Amino acid sequence: MALLEKQMQVDQENFTTRNGQSLVALLQEVQEQYNYLPEEVLRELACARGLSLMEMYSVATFYKSFSLQPRGRHKIVTCTGTACHVRGSEKVTEEVSRMLGVKPGGTSEDGEYSLESVNCLGACALAPLVVVDGEYHGNMTAARVAALFREQLKKMKGQSAESFDKVIEEKAIAGCSCARLLAGEKN
Amino acid sequence: MINFMLNGLDVAVEKGTTLLEAARFYGIEIPTLCHNEGLSPYGACRLCLVEIGEPGKSRLVTSCTYPAQEGLQVRTHSERVVKTRKVIIELYLATCPSSKTIQDLASRYHVTRVRFRRKHDDCILCGLCIRYCNEQMQGKAIGFVNRGVERRITTPFNRKFEECRLCGGCIYICPACQARCQGPQEGSGVCNACLNLSPPCLDHFGDAMCYMDPCVACEQGRKG
Repeated sequence: MALLEKQMQVDQENFTTRNGQSLVALLQEVQEQYNYLPEEVLRELACARGLSLMEMYSVATFYKSFSLQPRGRHKIVTCTGTACHVRGSEKVTEEVSRMLGVKPGGTSEDGEYSLESVNCLGACALAPLVVVDGEYHGNMTAARVAALFREQLKKMKGQSAESFDKVIEEKAIAGCSCARLLAGEKN
Repeated sequence: MINFMLNGLDVAVEKGTTLLEAARFYGIEIPTLCHNEGLSPYGACRLCLVEIGEPGKSRLVTSCTYPAQEGLQVRTHSERVVKTRKVIIELYLATCPSSKTIQDLASRYHVTRVRFRRKHDDCILCGLCIRYCNEQMQGKAIGFVNRGVERRITTPFNRKFEECRLCGGCIYICPACQARCQGPQEGSGVCNACLNLSPPCLDHFGDAMCYMDPCVACEQGRKG
């Protein structure tokens, strides 16, 4: 794992202390690189940095932004905080979940999309909020979120858009109303 | 030396002594679950609560983590402390009704009912086992994972961990999962079976009070 070795070199230069704060930064970098926290990497890092694997595991499970399971390439976050909930985020989450065939907290089978629901993103004035790959989209409704996805996916890599089309077609075959709507728009 | 008031008495202790240590030194009993002399204080179980400060402006602090201060007024068994402590014991009873340690505490502090939904857990998240593993065994084989209501104690990735030496210290030190109480009642969650046994010594000594703690004859702890 040359990648890992290189990362550890960088890490050792950047984080010389072993307090909790530097551990969070370390885990964030690992997550950025691998998209999740792989067990082998955690073990290697624990060994190399003189940390306990238990400490790392405690911190990794404490924060919701860390994942120990592989995540999709595109991260979709729906807010279910009070303001968003009041303004119908439940329906929006349901719609996204149905469109992608992914339950909140899960990742699609092809590893492209993961859907997450968080309790508050701190932008309650824009409720209900959906974040696609770090871009915030406010005032979402179940209908608007479908249109948003088409827009977003055009911006994303071609492969992903194709993959999304495939998902939509599959859903259309399965009889999902929104997918049929989208497929109809496309044709 | 630091001079302060402990239940109205002028006492003096060395600098850095916690209120719990001071109280125990002067023979005042304060119950604890998460405290152990060989481990760092943690303040998790909240049973060692004492009231500090002037009446009217007083507040409750955990005595195991609070260092003695010059001129402090400490009350270890005021009405407020006793009441709060009873509620905490009640909560523990609801969490772990089958722990003998907790049932004994309930008996000793006259907790006779549980108003909370019973969970029948084996853990009160006191962190004793984790501190034992870290500080005495230098193991760091167990720790807290998750947070909030999902918080629990386990090994990394929920699997057998190579750093665990299988010393068994975590189980030995646990106040909740080791000694089991067989008699928590289904309805109340309170056992009190040990208290309901009539002490054998009283047959011989009439109304004489037992000053032994624990009483050798009846094996009961001091009451109240």
